[in-house]
Amino acid sequence: MEIPSIVGAGLIVIGAGMGIGRIGGSAMDAIARQPEASGKIQTAMLIAAALIEGIGFAALFAA
Amino acid sequence: MRSKLTIRLITLLFFLFPFISMAGGEKGAETDIKSEIKAYIQHHLEDTYDFGLWSYTTDEGVHEYIGFPLPVILWDNGLQVFLSSKFHHGESVAQVGDAYYKLDHGKIYKTDAEGTISYDETHHATNLKPLDFSITKNVFTIMIVSLLLFFVFSRMAKTYKTSSIPSGIGRILEPIVLYVRDDIAIPNIGKKHYKRYMSYLLTVFFFVWTINLLGLTPLGINVTNNIAVTFCLAMLTYLITTFTAKKVYWMHIFWMPGVPKLMRLVLAPIELLGTIIKPFSLMIRLYANITAGHIVLMSLIGLMFIFKSWLGSSLSFVLAFGLGILELLVAALQAYIFTMLSALYFGSAVEEHDHDHAH
Repeated sequence: MEIPSIVGAGLIVIGAGMGIGRIGGSAMDAIARQPEASGKIQTAMLIAAALIEGIGFAALFAA
Repeated sequence: MRSKLTIRLITLLFFLFPFISMAGGEKGAETDIKSEIKAYIQHHLEDTYDFGLWSYTTDEGVHEYIGFPLPVILWDNGLQVFLSSKFHHGESVAQVGDAYYKLDHGKIYKTDAEGTISYDETHHATNLKPLDFSITKNVFTIMIVSLLLFFVFSRMAKTYKTSSIPSGIGRILEPIVLYVRDDIAIPNIGKKHYKRYMSYLLTVFFFVWTINLLGLTPLGINVTNNIAVTFCLAMLTYLITTFTAKKVYWMHIFWMPGVPKLMRLVLAPIELLGTIIKPFSLMIRLYANITAGHIVLMSLIGLMFIFKSWLGSSLSFVLAFGLGILELLVAALQAYIFTMLSALYFGSAVEEHDHDHAH
């Protein structure tokens, strides 16, 4: 049985969403612990989020 | 005070314009509104040979187009230059000398005087395609933005010759330039080498940002929706990284220090592949983000024509407005991330180790 590609797209969105959610949550934790380092944490967070997003989009195009 | 009010009114109209232009395009077609909206979005994502602002169908059934034509430059046994108005928006055959050209799905094909286009079984036109160097909408926009940035920044640079206090547009742009230098370039590349890359980082940041912002205006510009454009930008980053890379960079790719000998042989192809994947992800990220934003925004506006009630329309307006604000953020964020990751790659290229410890 062939699985429609839209199911794949849904799975990708779930995966990417969980990934970015975890990054965001961890960054919030980190900022709460060390508010003075918030700038650095934000930068690292954005980079990590961008990397996940890139993979997510690549997979979406494949789906 | 009155002029301020006028400016505000004009700004408001400017931002409401996409709704109006969309409404214009939909008029007189009650049959299949969903596929109509799909086609409209599809059309928006394509590069065109003329700078069209909007089109509508009159009560007599005549298509009216508002916009201006752009030059078409073809190489087909010699240079052929003519205005895209000769195509009449794909409705007629353009005759140049004794050659005939016709638009089919946004591409130029060579045809006979009647404009017959033959298709193969997969519905691809089999006609000859002349080499195309046309100033299309995207090329035109890139030229305009380049000129604008050049004009603004050379004016800004001039003011620093007389005093170190910024004036005019420099008051807004100086903090952004400093931000790119102090928060993107220096932390990622390092104090020693960052100056070589500043011109590229600033150019790419302001170019991508301006183009993304222009994509949100009602002019229907969508340059970063074009994968060829983001490919060129990513290629520039790749070339600069490759050609300015120092010994340490190549050593980390081909002969990773600090790992067992056998492992180094396995790591080398992976690392080599990584150098290509990095600019590839840059290309996909910018392209996909902006394209997705445009599609969702236009679909939300399109909801108005599906619901056809005051409730649905207000819902669609609120959603589209909120998403528009979010897209403003995305426009800046994508420019920032592109610059940031470019700086990161440059940083890895010029990294130096005055210590021997492995990592």
